[in-house]
Amino acid sequence: MEWWNSLPPVAQVWIGGFLKGTVILIMGLLHFFVCLMLERKLSAWIQNRVGPWRVGLWGWIQPVADLLKLWVKEYIQPNNVDKWLYLIAPFIGFISANVVWLIVPFGDKLIATDFEIGIIFIAAVTGYDVIATFMAGWGSNNKYSLLGAMRGAAQMISYEITMVMSVIGVVMMVGSLRLSDIVLAQQERGFLGWFLFPQIIGFLVYLIASLAELNRAPFDLAEAEQELVAGHHTEYSGMRWAMFMLAEYIHLAAWSAIAASLFLGGWSGPTLGQVFAGLGNLLNGFGAFANPVGTAVYEWGVAAMGSTVLNYIAGVFWLLLKTYFFVFLAMWIRWTLPRVRIDQLMDLGWKFLLPVSLFNIFLTGTLRYVAVAFDGLPITIGSFTLRLLGWWL
Amino acid sequence: MGPQHPSTHGVLRLMVKLDGEQVTWCEPDVGYLHRCFEKLSEQKTYPQVIPYTDRTDYLAALLNEQCYVEAVEKLFGDAIQVPERALYIRVLMAELQRITSHLLALGSMAMDLGAVTPFLYCWRDREKIYSIFERITGGRMLYNYLRIGGVRNDLPEGIIGTPQDGEDKSDKTIWGFINYFDSYVYPEWDALVTGNRIFQYRTKGIGVLTPEQAVAYSASGAVLRGSGVKWDLRKNLPYSIYDRLEFDIPVGQNGDCFDRWWVRQEEMLQSSRIVKQCLQWLAENPGPVMAPKVPRVLKPPKGEVYHRIEGARGEVACYVVSDGSANPYKVKWRSPAFTHLQLMPLLVPGHKIADIIAILGSIDVVLGEVDR
Repeated sequence: MEWWNSLPPVAQVWIGGFLKGTVILIMGLLHFFVCLMLERKLSAWIQNRVGPWRVGLWGWIQPVADLLKLWVKEYIQPNNVDKWLYLIAPFIGFISANVVWLIVPFGDKLIATDFEIGIIFIAAVTGYDVIATFMAGWGSNNKYSLLGAMRGAAQMISYEITMVMSVIGVVMMVGSLRLSDIVLAQQERGFLGWFLFPQIIGFLVYLIASLAELNRAPFDLAEAEQELVAGHHTEYSGMRWAMFMLAEYIHLAAWSAIAASLFLGGWSGPTLGQVFAGLGNLLNGFGAFANPVGTAVYEWGVAAMGSTVLNYIAGVFWLLLKTYFFVFLAMWIRWTLPRVRIDQLMDLGWKFLLPVSLFNIFLTGTLRYVAVAFDGLPITIGSFTLRLLGWWL
Repeated sequence: MGPQHPSTHGVLRLMVKLDGEQVTWCEPDVGYLHRCFEKLSEQKTYPQVIPYTDRTDYLAALLNEQCYVEAVEKLFGDAIQVPERALYIRVLMAELQRITSHLLALGSMAMDLGAVTPFLYCWRDREKIYSIFERITGGRMLYNYLRIGGVRNDLPEGIIGTPQDGEDKSDKTIWGFINYFDSYVYPEWDALVTGNRIFQYRTKGIGVLTPEQAVAYSASGAVLRGSGVKWDLRKNLPYSIYDRLEFDIPVGQNGDCFDRWWVRQEEMLQSSRIVKQCLQWLAENPGPVMAPKVPRVLKPPKGEVYHRIEGARGEVACYVVSDGSANPYKVKWRSPAFTHLQLMPLLVPGHKIADIIAILGSIDVVLGEVDR
């Protein structure tokens, strides 16, 4: 890295930023492809459709065909659109979805920008999606689009608040808004240390609120096909429409990665070395019948534990696994539930989820205070219970 | 909304005034699909009208055929004696058709509410009935199967099956389908959609039609029974052989979208009961399926007849006037969907946009029937 350090700082910032941006963009597109295929395959699986499982090699050609179709489609631009809003809107959504990936930690220090205000940054940039939706709806000069945009804006702004509130419990437990800190704080006790367990209320609220935030069914009111034709993107065709889909899928993947980092321990998980060492131990019967193969595997494992690259690969693997668990969950929900109505959605957000997430903050605070205050007392039954709670928190 | 809109179930235009998302005024604008069925009938001979009846309510074609054919038979009085076996086959087909029609009604209503998967499940199950129909009649949508004086052909060999069939979901017999329906389709519907909380929130208390209003607007079928009025022509004014069959009439309580949905769902179960009884009878009683000595050129005596049956969407009725020639002098068709469409201005105002499609889905219009 001699040559890198010899570069002037300005050049380091620019080149580094450019590289990071490129990687994130490519990664976002990859996520789009994977999500697109996953959605096709899952929906086909749930709904007994045939195509996505049969076209080409196990249906892998289906997304290619989808994209090809979108690519060659005619661009239709209605008369009297607000031209700039209409043209720019798809890209703003796309950018806001990609920017979230900036702060997703893939491993210890394997993160594009480790902001101290990570979570607030997420809330800020996902807010741009509202603007994209509204620009599209307003610019299209279509009543359905406008209604969809109004709905979308109302919904996203409402749920943005709930979403941030639901995360505050996690922030209180860690004492930092930085995402890598949050992941590191969950590493102590294996998967028992995941914030999923102590923050189960916050987790569920986050899950529901982000589905609404992402405009995914059952909260896809901005595009509600049966009511508003296609809502805010009624007037878009071909690749312009595809940009909205692109943004939606990248956003979905990004949201899932954030959820995995906040509640499922992010990139933490057994490294390749640990897996091999454990496998070796198993083969050796935990020392009972040691054999050359088991010992060799164990030794590989121990040797691999020191390798940074292997650890990083394992970390990325675990994060992606957890991320795609959430993606799968969102798709499963989408193809199962009917859509809610706009006033029911607002009721759910303001009258149920927001109070629940506020209560979660209160509960977390109280339990933490109690756990800290009673930490010095000798173990009696009462304080043992509190210690247990403290252990959870 | 419309005439080209994802959820208007055909080419229907709903003129709507909005206050935000609130609907203040709604009026259906029909006439985009008009094809002059009643006038055309006057130029055709009596049997030639049957294919046109298929095309009115294309989702319950056999029920329409049944209505028209029985009306013409009524015109003939005692001159045409329809064999019993033909009557049972007609009822069997009619009830299977009712299941397909209700399946689509439920499926498309679920899709209107944003649940796409149940819609495709209903398509899968209808497909089974349609392949049964295909084996019996040769057609999948427009059957042209019933004849004045009977049915065109007897059931093909081996289509009835045995009451034990249905273990295998790919069973191609009618018994196979009915058992599959009872043990699999119905519980799945109940769990997937009817029991779903979001679905119930979307449909309960929406589009409430009181029994008085339902009667005043001459609603029929599931719309009327959803409002709690126990009126089913199969029971109250029995035609064909319905007085010999056992079944119940499900009625709703509140007259909202959910009740109309629920009534349809339960009716499918009752239809499967009727089908079972027909199958048992048909398996034991062979015989002719066409009345003897039906003249080649049908010239019913002078007179007029009004015949009504319980269609899939409600009361399908047919008014036929004969002047003694080979062509009907006048055929008037009473279609339930047209009658039900006038409920829209009554039910919709005061609700949200999203409720329009729930209400439209729950009254289940078929535009082929509205514009005839």
